[in-house]
Amino acid sequence: MPVAPDSLPKFQGYAHPEVLVSAEWLNEHMSDANIVVVESDEDVLLYETGHIPGAVKIDWHTDLNDPVTRDYVDGAGFKSLMERSGISRDTTVVIYGDKSNWWAAYALWVFKLFGHEDVRLLDGAREAWTNAGFEFTREEPVVSPSEYPLINRDDKTIRAFRDDVLAHFGNPLLDIRSPQEYSGERTHMPDYPDEGALRSGHIPSAVSVPWARAVNEDQTFKSREELAAIYEGEKGLQPGQPVIAYCRIGERSSHSWFVLKYLLGFENVRNYDGSWTEWGSLVGVPIVKGSEPGLAPAPR
Amino acid sequence: MTVTQTAQDLRADFAALSVKERLGLLLEFSENLPELPTRYSEHPDLLERVEECQSPIFLFVEVAEDKVHLFFSAPPEAPTTRGFAGILSELLDGQPVQDVLKLDDDFPSSLSLAEAVSPLRLRGMRAMLARIKRQVTEKSS
Repeated sequence: MPVAPDSLPKFQGYAHPEVLVSAEWLNEHMSDANIVVVESDEDVLLYETGHIPGAVKIDWHTDLNDPVTRDYVDGAGFKSLMERSGISRDTTVVIYGDKSNWWAAYALWVFKLFGHEDVRLLDGAREAWTNAGFEFTREEPVVSPSEYPLINRDDKTIRAFRDDVLAHFGNPLLDIRSPQEYSGERTHMPDYPDEGALRSGHIPSAVSVPWARAVNEDQTFKSREELAAIYEGEKGLQPGQPVIAYCRIGERSSHSWFVLKYLLGFENVRNYDGSWTEWGSLVGVPIVKGSEPGLAPAPR
Repeated sequence: MTVTQTAQDLRADFAALSVKERLGLLLEFSENLPELPTRYSEHPDLLERVEECQSPIFLFVEVAEDKVHLFFSAPPEAPTTRGFAGILSELLDGQPVQDVLKLDDDFPSSLSLAEAVSPLRLRGMRAMLARIKRQVTEKSS
C-alpha cells in the first residue's frame, strides 16, 4: 500500500506535491511498513559519520555507476542494489543527501531510469533532519531482504545523449553550472591537473540558471511561484517545451531536472548526463564562449 | 618510523580489511586529523586550496630544520577529504624533506581504497600529495 503523501501546505503548490517530504513527516513515517530511507552523498564517508535512523546508503560512484563503462548500472545491477537495500518495486523510497540534495536528486533520477514509481526527496536535504531537532545515528540499519524485478533501463524518456543534444538544437537547453563555467573563464593554474574538459564555454543557445537559484538558504526548494518566476518568467522556458538540462557530470542538472519536472510540471525534460565533461572534449561540436547563450546551430 | 615503513604499514592495514572496514579506518583518520593551529586558522589566506578535491580542503607546508610539517583545513562534512589528509599527515608530518619527496606520487592508489571510495575520488588524494611535494620543494630550495 502506498504511503500517504506529506500534506504540508508549501508542497501543495508544486505540480507534483507528492515528491517531497518534510523532516517532521519523515520522523513520523520512517517506520511505516513500506518505506525505505536512502542517504546519497557526494562524500562517500558522510553516511558513516551519522545518518537518519534506519537509512541505507547508496553511493553514486560505487553503487549507481557501472565500474567499467561510463554508464549507470544495468537492470541486473539495479535489481541487486535494490534487493540489498531492502527495496521492492512498490516501496516508497525517500532520498536525502548532502550539498542541497544534488546526489539525492541524481539517485532519484537513476531510480526513474528504472521506472521506480514512488521516490521522494527530503526537502532541505541532510541538514533538514538536524535543523528540525532530530538526531543522526551510527547504528547500522537492519535491512529486510526484498525481491525486485529485472527492469530494463529506459534511456529515452528522461536521459539525453550527445546525439540527442545535437538533434535538439532550436529547443531550450538549460546550463545549470556556475556563471564562470558557463562563460568559459577558467581559474585553474598552470601545472595543475584539471579534471574538467579540454574546451570551456557552453552548448550554443543554452540559457544559464545556476542550480542554486532553485533553493533557499536552508537548502529547501523555493516556492512554486518563485521557481516559475526564474525558469518561466526570466528565462522564458515553457512547460510544454522539450528541455535538456546539463552540468559537468549530470548531478547538479539532476537537481534542476527535478525542479522542472516535478515542481514546475514540465512534461518533457531530459538530463544530459554526459554534460560538459563530454561535450567540452568532443571533437567537432559547436561551443559558445561568454555570458550570452549564442545562436542555436541547425539540428543534426 | 620512516616514510617507507609507515607507507608499508598503511598499505598492509588497509589491504587486510574488508571494503566496508576500509571506510571505517578512513573515518578514524578523518576524526584524528589535527586541528589547525591559530596562526593558520586566523589567516586562511596563507593556505592553498586543493582544487581537485570535491570538497574544499586547504593545506599549508612548513619546512624547518629539514623537517616537513603539514597543516590541513577541511570541514567535518567532508570526512573523505579529511581522511585523505589524515593519512598523509600520519605518513609525512615531521619527516625529512628528502624522504617526503621520495614518496611515490601514486602512493594513494596503492592503499586498496579505490573500490571503497572510487578511483575518481582518489584523484583528490593524489592532488593533495602533489601539492604537498611542490610546496616542500619550493620551501626547501
